[in-house]
Amino acid sequence: MKYETVIGLEIHCELKTKTKIFCGCETGFGAEHNTHVCPVCLGLPGVLPTVNKRVVEFAIKAGLATNCEINQYCKFDRKNYYYPDLPKNWQTSQYDLPIAEHGWVDIDVEGEKKRIRLTRIHMEEDAGKLVHSGTNIKDSASSNVDYNRTGVPLLEIVSEPDMSSALEARTYMEKIKAIMEYIDVSNCRMEEGNLRADVNVSLRPAGSTELGTRTEMKNINSFKSLEDAINYEIERQTEVLEDGGEIIQETRTWDPERGITLSMRSKENAHDYRYMPEPDLPPIVTSPETIEKFRSELPELPDARRARLEKDFGLSDYDAGIITSSRAMAEYYDAVVATGADAKLAANWMMGDLLKNLNAEAIDISKSPVEAERLGEMIRLIEKGTISSKIGKKVFAEMWTCPDAPAKIVEDKGLVQITDTGAIEAIVDQVIADNPKPVEQYKAGKKKAIGALVGQVMKQSKGKANPQMVNELLAKKLDS
Amino acid sequence: MRLYEKPAHVLHDMLAQKEITAAELTRDVLARLDETEGQVQAYLTVTRESALAQAEAVDKKIASGEEISFLEGIPGAIKDNICTKGTKTTCASKILEHFVPPYDATVMEKLRAQQPVILGKVNMDEFAMGGSTENSAYHPTHNPWALERVPGGSSGGSAAAVAAGSAIWALGSDTGGSIRQPASFCGVVGLKPTYGRVSRYGLVAYASSLDQIGPLARDVTDAAHLLNIIAGHDEMDSTSSTAPVPDYAQALTEDVKGLKIGLPKEYFTEGMDGDVEKTVRAAISKYKDMGAEILEISLPHTAYAISTYYLIAPAEAATNLERYDGVSYGERVDGEDLVQMMTNTRTQLFGEEVRRRIMIGNYALSAGYYDAYYLKALKVRTLVQQDYTEAFKQVDVIMAPTAPTPAFRLGEMMADPLQLYLQDVCTVPLNLAGLPGLSVPCGYSSKGLPIGLQIIGKALDEATILRAAYAYEQTQSFHNDMARIGGND
Amino acid sequence: MKVTKEDIANVAVLSRLSVSEAEADKYMGQMDKILTYMDNLSQLDTESVKPTTYALPMQNVFREDVVRESLDREAALANAPLREDGYFKVPKVLEG
Repeated sequence: MKYETVIGLEIHCELKTKTKIFCGCETGFGAEHNTHVCPVCLGLPGVLPTVNKRVVEFAIKAGLATNCEINQYCKFDRKNYYYPDLPKNWQTSQYDLPIAEHGWVDIDVEGEKKRIRLTRIHMEEDAGKLVHSGTNIKDSASSNVDYNRTGVPLLEIVSEPDMSSALEARTYMEKIKAIMEYIDVSNCRMEEGNLRADVNVSLRPAGSTELGTRTEMKNINSFKSLEDAINYEIERQTEVLEDGGEIIQETRTWDPERGITLSMRSKENAHDYRYMPEPDLPPIVTSPETIEKFRSELPELPDARRARLEKDFGLSDYDAGIITSSRAMAEYYDAVVATGADAKLAANWMMGDLLKNLNAEAIDISKSPVEAERLGEMIRLIEKGTISSKIGKKVFAEMWTCPDAPAKIVEDKGLVQITDTGAIEAIVDQVIADNPKPVEQYKAGKKKAIGALVGQVMKQSKGKANPQMVNELLAKKLDS
Repeated sequence: MRLYEKPAHVLHDMLAQKEITAAELTRDVLARLDETEGQVQAYLTVTRESALAQAEAVDKKIASGEEISFLEGIPGAIKDNICTKGTKTTCASKILEHFVPPYDATVMEKLRAQQPVILGKVNMDEFAMGGSTENSAYHPTHNPWALERVPGGSSGGSAAAVAAGSAIWALGSDTGGSIRQPASFCGVVGLKPTYGRVSRYGLVAYASSLDQIGPLARDVTDAAHLLNIIAGHDEMDSTSSTAPVPDYAQALTEDVKGLKIGLPKEYFTEGMDGDVEKTVRAAISKYKDMGAEILEISLPHTAYAISTYYLIAPAEAATNLERYDGVSYGERVDGEDLVQMMTNTRTQLFGEEVRRRIMIGNYALSAGYYDAYYLKALKVRTLVQQDYTEAFKQVDVIMAPTAPTPAFRLGEMMADPLQLYLQDVCTVPLNLAGLPGLSVPCGYSSKGLPIGLQIIGKALDEATILRAAYAYEQTQSFHNDMARIGGND
Repeated sequence: MKVTKEDIANVAVLSRLSVSEAEADKYMGQMDKILTYMDNLSQLDTESVKPTTYALPMQNVFREDVVRESLDREAALANAPLREDGYFKVPKVLEG
């Protein structure tokens, strides 16, 4: 039987507030363990939560940027379960009245547009971290708990099960990441756990509308793991079904080292979260005026920016898509163009040498050794004719390891284009004299033969001769 | 007459006029504590040395001619569910036997700004669950008026200390009557303010939407002054009211002419003790003499308040008490793995009533029962609130007994939890509605046991119930009676 | 009986309490009596009544995003039953 895959994502996105969601402790990553804690986030007897205003603002922005409806009345609820990284043994979250619902984002997968629906976005607190002495949680005789992360604000962004491949899931998550970066509510540093996903995967006979039994993989924190885990799970479930087996609804953990998912063997039926309204936090009421104010303040989002780049600069849909796929990339592009560099050339250089080098060395564009300003200056040198595009590649390579200005590199390395007619004419004359065969062919009407002569001139000038001038001079001499 | 017998406002004047020193006063109250504590057992922790040091600091201030605030140098006691930085806060539970909070409750910060003398932490029903203080994991407290009887609860230690003279004043907390009922049983004044009037930050939560801190005092004047100190908005408590705080002591006048008093027929119930009814009605007739207007009213959903309360409070408690798991603070009972450790800790270190309420609460919240019990209770809560809203269109205050009986005997109610729950019929409805209520001594039963008159006000209208109580207090002298330890029954 | 042994067992797990056989019977009896009494609520038609979660109507109470001092680690760990190298230490976790 042929199966189709159904995937839904719950993305947890840490917000970039200064303080935690319910107390004034700092949120910063990497602090000494158990130093960003206070009576409130430690859940000591007698404490009460207070809502960080910025968390609500960020949540509303995120909802609007993903085409959600903002609930004018929302409240917090207690989600009860026992775990040592959760000091109160409940997570303050939102249950039946989340801040935002019924949104969507569009994704592009291999040229096809697809709309992924968002069920809801809600605000909640992050949990602490368990540190294990053994190789994994089950082998450890004990665990140590660090509560620094307890209470860091999270948005949980829940999709409908609208994705049907690992690539779609990845593209969707990249889109969510881009949007969160554009509206500046999260650092989205996946390596720091700012953005993680719980992934639900199920299979069903192709064409069926009923959902199959799903498994859930929690806390996937890289795009590669997301794709690998989904692909593994599709393969595993297919095998189980083809062997006549049944999928067990369970939580599985992704082991990136071994490239497999493993059953957590948790007692799913023990998870009765007993949600109840949080009596310590009054509800949040947002007026339509406030919602509209937030809407009007939203920055340009990826889709709009992409359309603008296509329209204003004539970029291809593909290029514009890549350039706007992250805030850092789009900002880099803007900075290149701001130097006065040609918009299309800027796109070409980014899509070409820049991305090739960044990918090869796995460097984020925000840390590119060739900064946007320098790339812009270099492109302008090409536009002015100071160097050729070909020399540009050499200059770019130099810039990758040397912090000097492109103009200085060009000068130091003697890469300035020869535009002195006399100097070029001397080489042209020599080349005509040394290459009678192509000269004859040209004169016999085979105009293409001029290419070989141009190549010779460029070679002898070590690439520095202005190619346009070489062409003109050769043609003039041969035609005369 | 010894110093411990006087109310705070009298002692304040004596201190201000240098008739006595704070050290003398503190030593006298500590001496009284030593005389009575063997029988009354109101305290869980006595902070004798710091109390004397606090008194001496106040004396230095007075000697140097500085003015003193109302509570300065006057010894009082704090219910052991209010967090005190550096002093054990156990909630009368084994699970917090050695818990020392690293922070002060907001009421403690407000109190400390006044430099009172803090004598220690007083007994209560474990986690404030109960109406007799018999659910303390450490020891029961005895009613100073009749040692074989309970002081009421859950703030039984607070009421007993003030009644016995081992504290001049005390703070308690009231979730379903836990200030008013012990005040009634022990013959002192107890005030439960409007929900949100006093910050709950640092009050160990029992039922968050019902809990409220309030004073227990010798008389209405002291209660008003204490409320002045602890009331007000707190940014650490999102449910605390931003309404301005009037000067409650200024509101104490004898004028109740034209005051409209409602008597809810549902509060004068069948199970009510004859002495209680007679005494409370006699007190109410005094108001008539003073020119108040008495109207019979109806609060038709009163009969459902007990059910509502005993679903909402345990449900909130079940989640509030999840944090006591042996992980990061409190006591731990080992187990072979985490789940066993948590389960052993909670099973062995929570008392029976606490475990029962956690079970009821989780039952009401669990899948399949949520709508029938918890959600239903939240809806009936709305109806109970609406009863009061309607009633307060006609009247200024509502009066009723605080408790249907005087103090009962130790052990009398332990066998049947439901019977004990039904005792709360006159006190829980206003917690559900968030309203303020006060119990003022209004006489004695034939056996000489104190009886309290309960005065219920509109939201944030503590001033009117204090005024009404004060006016009544001026007509008699019950508030001047100190318990003769063990004298009655 | 409204409350079954199964209910008691289930609620005990949710409560992280262990209930012995003998206790289970006692709990069942007591809870049954209490819940039977509470059935008086079903006499009321609450179809169109809104639930009340908060004692008094309040809304939009926020804190500004301004850092406040945290506890120092020693104070944070002072009440820990067991600690190790600045961490709270717990027994092994069998379930995820």
